Amino acid sequence: MRGFLPDFDVRVPASLSEALELMAQAPGTFTPLAGGTDLMVVYNAGRLKPTCFLDLSGLAELRGIEEDATSLRFGALTTFTDLRECRAVHQHFPNLVKSARATGALAIQNRGTLAGNIANASPAADTPPSLLAYGAELELVSPRGLRRVAYDQFHQGYKRLDLAADELLARITVPKPSGRGFHYFRKVGTRQAQAISKTCLAAYARIEDGCVAELRIGLGSVAPAPVRARNAEAALRGQPLASLPVAAAREALLADMSPIDDIRATAQYRSVVTRNLLGQMLRELAGL
Amino acid sequence: MADRIDLSLKINGADHHVSVHPFARLLDVLREDLRLTGTKEGCGEGECGACTVLLNGRVVNSCLVPAVQAQGAEVVTVEGLAEGENLSSLQAAFLTHNGAQCGFCTPGMLVSATDLINRCPNPSDDEIRDGLAGNLCRCTGYAKILDAVHSAAEREAAR
Repeated sequence: MRGFLPDFDVRVPASLSEALELMAQAPGTFTPLAGGTDLMVVYNAGRLKPTCFLDLSGLAELRGIEEDATSLRFGALTTFTDLRECRAVHQHFPNLVKSARATGALAIQNRGTLAGNIANASPAADTPPSLLAYGAELELVSPRGLRRVAYDQFHQGYKRLDLAADELLARITVPKPSGRGFHYFRKVGTRQAQAISKTCLAAYARIEDGCVAELRIGLGSVAPAPVRARNAEAALRGQPLASLPVAAAREALLADMSPIDDIRATAQYRSVVTRNLLGQMLRELAGL
Repeated sequence: MADRIDLSLKINGADHHVSVHPFARLLDVLREDLRLTGTKEGCGEGECGACTVLLNGRVVNSCLVPAVQAQGAEVVTVEGLAEGENLSSLQAAFLTHNGAQCGFCTPGMLVSATDLINRCPNPSDDEIRDGLAGNLCRCTGYAKILDAVHSAAEREAAR
């Protein structure tokens, strides 16, 4: 059963400033809409509360990928297909390409956006673990100005975000890794395509003098929101590749997760398989 | 109730103007306002691909596209794949290789495969599986669909 059409309306602002003004005049009234690949599913299922959408899809200010010497800056409306087709993303952020490929199939990838994947705040989204692993930063805009938030501080609980009612997520900046890097991404779903994650692990490490100089691990589907695996990271940081404390890291990972039973997997499955992913990632890292 | 909006879009090469609810879905505009019923609704959640159309040259699930976002766009549906009375190479190959059984997935399958061959003229099995990953078929087991796409790609390459 679909949502009842007359309960819904949509406004199409001509510019970002018009969109922000509308939101500031009536905070909480509008539901920002980009590619629609999450919102329309809920709408089609009749589970979306009546609302007025704010269609951001035509706003040029929110499009495009900018590259400078130290980072890539993704407009909110960057699609999964844009990520797959951008040479600089392949070069610097292979995990983001894998995340984009792992999200739905082509028809979803052509429409779904990076900011939508973040702001929809599903714990099972596939780009957030990679964004956490790469240390992404978000640019939030409102009529009050621009605010920057480290992405690993943005999720504050299940579907709770550090985002005010008059703010929009405008850009995502990801610093380019330098030095000798190691990238790992793996999503486990029921099938190769069109599956939602049971668990997902993305990691980025910088190797210096045979040791783990820098490490970030992002997890999906094992907590109320995408999370950093800070305990496992701490167990591994500074350690030599020749003798990584695999058992201790696997044990530490337990404290980073709070998995639940749901329609896609049990908590037990998620706990075991996520630790196995960490084990696989560490075998690859040790083999560098 | 919200006022209706005037929507102008080019579908299969022809200009159309319709008055629709601001939050109508592209799928419903196609099927109900324009009576282009080749495009099907299967799951309504972007899983099955029965509603696949090309929007400005990219495959999309029309059940997930608010029509307002198609304002001024070019849309190609399964009705736009044949050239007049002549089936496209891909449509003919689906007939020859029995790529359709119940037929419900076929319109979306044809649109996705047409897009695939345009982007990737000589696709491997893996490339076909990737290109058609968003189109579910519960009858054929996909083998005959793969045969049809290979055969159509070869025929296109020979043209």
